[in-house]
Amino acid sequence: MESTNKTWEIVIGLEIHAQLATKSKIFSGSPTAYGAPPNTQANLVDLGYPGVLPVFNGEAARMAVKFGLATKSKVAQRSIFARKNYFYPDLPKGYQISQYELPIVAGGTLDVVLDDGSRKTIGITRAHLEEDAGKSIHEGLPGLSGIDLNRAGTPLLEIVSEPDMRSAKEAVAYLKTVHTLVRYLEICDGNMQEGSFRCDANVSVRKFGAAKFGTRAELKNLNSFRFIEKAINYEVARQIDILESGGSIVQETRLYDSERNETRSMRSKEEANDYRYFPDPDLLPVEISAAFIEQVRATLPELPDEKRARFMRDHGLTEYDADVLTVSRELAAYYESVVKLLGKEPKLAANWVMGELSGALNRDGLDIGASHMSAERLTGLLARIVDNTISGKIAKEVFEAMWNEGKDADAVIAEKGLKQITDSGAIEAAIDAVMAANPGQLAEYRGGKDKLFGFFVGQVMKATQGKANPAQLNDLLRKKLQG
Amino acid sequence: MTVHTLTIAELARKLRSREVSSEELTRACLARIEQHNKPLNAFLTVTADAALAASRVADKRLAAGDAGPLTGVPIGHKDIFCTDGVRTSCGSRILDNFVAPYDATVVARLKNAGTVMIGKLNMDEFAMGSSNETSYYGPVANPWDRTRVPGGSSGGSAAAVAARLLPAATGTDTGGSIRQPAALTGITGFKPTYGRVSRYGMIAFASSLDQAGVLTRSVEDAALLLEAMAGFDPADSTSVDVPVPKYSTLLEQPLKGLKIGLLKEFFDKGLDESNAACVRAALDVCKRLGAELREVSLPNLPLSVPTYYVVAPAECSSNLSRFDGVRFGYRCKDPKDLMDLYKRSRGEGFGAEVKRRIMTGTYVLSAGYYDAYYLKAQKVRALINEDFRRAFGEVDVLMGPTTPTPAFAIGAKMNDPITMYLNDIYTIGANLAGLPAMSVPCGLVEGLPVGLQIIGPHFSEAKIFNVGHLYQRETDWHRRAPAGYA
Amino acid sequence: MSTLTRKEVEAIAHLARLAITETEFPVYVASLSSIVAFIEQLAAADTANVEPMAHPLAGQVQRLRPDVITESDHHDKYQQNAPQVQAGLYLVPKVIE
Repeated sequence: MESTNKTWEIVIGLEIHAQLATKSKIFSGSPTAYGAPPNTQANLVDLGYPGVLPVFNGEAARMAVKFGLATKSKVAQRSIFARKNYFYPDLPKGYQISQYELPIVAGGTLDVVLDDGSRKTIGITRAHLEEDAGKSIHEGLPGLSGIDLNRAGTPLLEIVSEPDMRSAKEAVAYLKTVHTLVRYLEICDGNMQEGSFRCDANVSVRKFGAAKFGTRAELKNLNSFRFIEKAINYEVARQIDILESGGSIVQETRLYDSERNETRSMRSKEEANDYRYFPDPDLLPVEISAAFIEQVRATLPELPDEKRARFMRDHGLTEYDADVLTVSRELAAYYESVVKLLGKEPKLAANWVMGELSGALNRDGLDIGASHMSAERLTGLLARIVDNTISGKIAKEVFEAMWNEGKDADAVIAEKGLKQITDSGAIEAAIDAVMAANPGQLAEYRGGKDKLFGFFVGQVMKATQGKANPAQLNDLLRKKLQG
Repeated sequence: MTVHTLTIAELARKLRSREVSSEELTRACLARIEQHNKPLNAFLTVTADAALAASRVADKRLAAGDAGPLTGVPIGHKDIFCTDGVRTSCGSRILDNFVAPYDATVVARLKNAGTVMIGKLNMDEFAMGSSNETSYYGPVANPWDRTRVPGGSSGGSAAAVAARLLPAATGTDTGGSIRQPAALTGITGFKPTYGRVSRYGMIAFASSLDQAGVLTRSVEDAALLLEAMAGFDPADSTSVDVPVPKYSTLLEQPLKGLKIGLLKEFFDKGLDESNAACVRAALDVCKRLGAELREVSLPNLPLSVPTYYVVAPAECSSNLSRFDGVRFGYRCKDPKDLMDLYKRSRGEGFGAEVKRRIMTGTYVLSAGYYDAYYLKAQKVRALINEDFRRAFGEVDVLMGPTTPTPAFAIGAKMNDPITMYLNDIYTIGANLAGLPAMSVPCGLVEGLPVGLQIIGPHFSEAKIFNVGHLYQRETDWHRRAPAGYA
Repeated sequence: MSTLTRKEVEAIAHLARLAITETEFPVYVASLSSIVAFIEQLAAADTANVEPMAHPLAGQVQRLRPDVITESDHHDKYQQNAPQVQAGLYLVPKVIE
């Protein structure tokens, strides 16, 4: 539980590694698809064989520039690849090709909406390109580790934030914002389970008003939004504990253990690594021209922020609704299709997309892209609410049938005879019958027991199989009950 | 017919007129290797069966009239070039068991041009050396005097060509490793402009300095080979997309009016007087052919050796990190943990000079030293480059000695690395600036060859070949063979 | 600083993952020290306002490759060179995280 500690200020910076959704790797023509059998997607360049050389995938540059533009960053006209030298079995060359002094993108910002609805601007220090390492497998190999280099060479965009976040919740909000953005830009699929969106957190505390930052710990192995929040909170409490008992924080890397909900020092990383960065002599400076940037700018989609603002302005949606509907580009597109086809009542569309539709998708574990109900079919249903053919309540029943059986709204309504009763004569007759059948309650109601109104509504609905138009029913019932 | 004394140009004529077959040439090479290789230790691997098979294919093409200038010509590759299915050791224990799964671009291009690969040639380990004494497989001997070194790192290539075991061999030149052994063994050695020839498949030593080239017995032969090897390669980001001239057709331009710069810094007290005399005689020949000589100065050039010995070790310390006993190459016995695997595989797999350079490189790149050494060296490199650029504003080519002395005795310079490093004093500058350069034989001092170096501006290969070729028409140093190998 | 200490050489050898034996250490300390002394000459050069030269060909820029898959699976061939392989994985002594 996050405490509102009045003494200690929390300072958090996040490093995100987003795997770029290119078809081939950053420095070789190997495929990047996830899940292939070990080492079947690692060619000689990926394996760091003697004599091989890297050749740079232009699409990775394009994607990085897209990110830079979407975060109002400066795109470097000239950036350099540098070698980060260290030994690890999943790093075949014994160095990682990355960027050091001259990254491709620097100095941007991202507006983040917090839990309480307020907004905060988080600085983005830089975003640079680098290659991913392979994977080590430890299970089933006693005393040994198995190295799979399929992932080695996949392009990464490392996004480094300024240490601007002041709580775990802010950190998660920023993370979610970046997550949504990279998917909007179609530069990363954001799949945290598959490791295509990874996050490390730099966490420190200091007394409020202190000029300098405290010593920070780097948290790794944070692979869900929930774990990130818990890990940061644990770490903050740990650091405050130490400082309050007179100790000091060791600058180190700590692994988050989700089972025990604690962070632990990483033994192997205790010695500071001297990475001996130097410009990679096998690669030349990357020049990004103004023309290139404009070409990329032309491919930018409407960004989440812009879309949210437009939904609020043009559709009259609340901030909350706009937020939910813009979480993914596909969901927003679906919603907009419905609005366009319906031609009116965007709020109705919003409610149904956020409510019934999302509920059904979640229940069946589906993405919006795999929805059993197209925007057209949902619109068909909503149109029948708008034109009073059915009530909102009945519509839910129709939705279920449409979802499970694949039929159109009209077909279901006809089949099940669900048309709303809007004929006042019929409703009056039903009311009369109910009143006649319940003389006792009638007398009590007329005697002042107002809450029996609901009883009568229920009885009439039962008698009409729920098809009485609710508004008309209320109107006519009130008149008749009064006598 | 004696074929081992013929140049490629001469062999190509005889092959095309069917006076001799590629198979006969190949058998002749194999026989000479059988006879002479042991004391020289030039060849590490002889691929006899594959060579004979390739020679028969070449003969079919020659018979069908479907042949290029290199079809059927035997050639050897420095063991730094990856050759598909053939062991590629780089002169090192750490790759002693390494069978390359692909061909280097240079190998593929020469294969496509019809050459017949005879085998892989000995070299200083990972191209680090100037005497071919650091090879895991033992030193190579100079055919002119087998108690002396042939130079390095392309020592095996040079010895094999000088001993007439085959007409040509590929080599690599990072600080002089083609030119220096060519000079010490009395043959022609050519290093192209950086980026002219692909580095893909050429095991990397110092990436911003390495270039593939050739060792031959004539300038014309070097031109023929470079035509086939050079050109843009999409697999090498540092490969330049500039058309390749037909060098062999550009050899005859008269030298009249050619401005030759004599580097003041080269004719210094380090240069043996007898070497200097041979070089001056060569310059006189050029003068007779119509060239103008003038003195130029490259004041930062004396810093080229220390600059090189920062940049090259830095790059190699990183390039050699991939040799870790994990995916290929030597792995130590019974590693007790990962750290032990790394340290002993590399400690046992690499020789002393390689370890020395890896450690030097690690040191100059390390935190706190990067600015003082690596960054500083790259700045001095820029100064040297600028010196050359200015000089080429005044002259067309630079000429001078290739080495300070003729071949020294095996073992003579192994005690102090610096003494060994100073052998490259005249050659290193061209690597730092990425310039094309060539060494041609220009004399004998007490029976040992001396080389003349020609350096040109970027992409002036044609001019360098032209000058060298006309010089070789006026002289016959390049036709002299060591005793016992004639 | 033109001489290296034994400790410094140990640190460098560790960074470079090279096992150096007891008898070898003094030899490397001596030769590395003389190399470092040799390269100290560079300090005297006046390089104020000089841009470091990372590549020999000025003005050359990195070529961009199209995003196309050009490679297929050859792991059988490549793993023939591997010291220890099982189920397609390269094996090393256990890596402790």
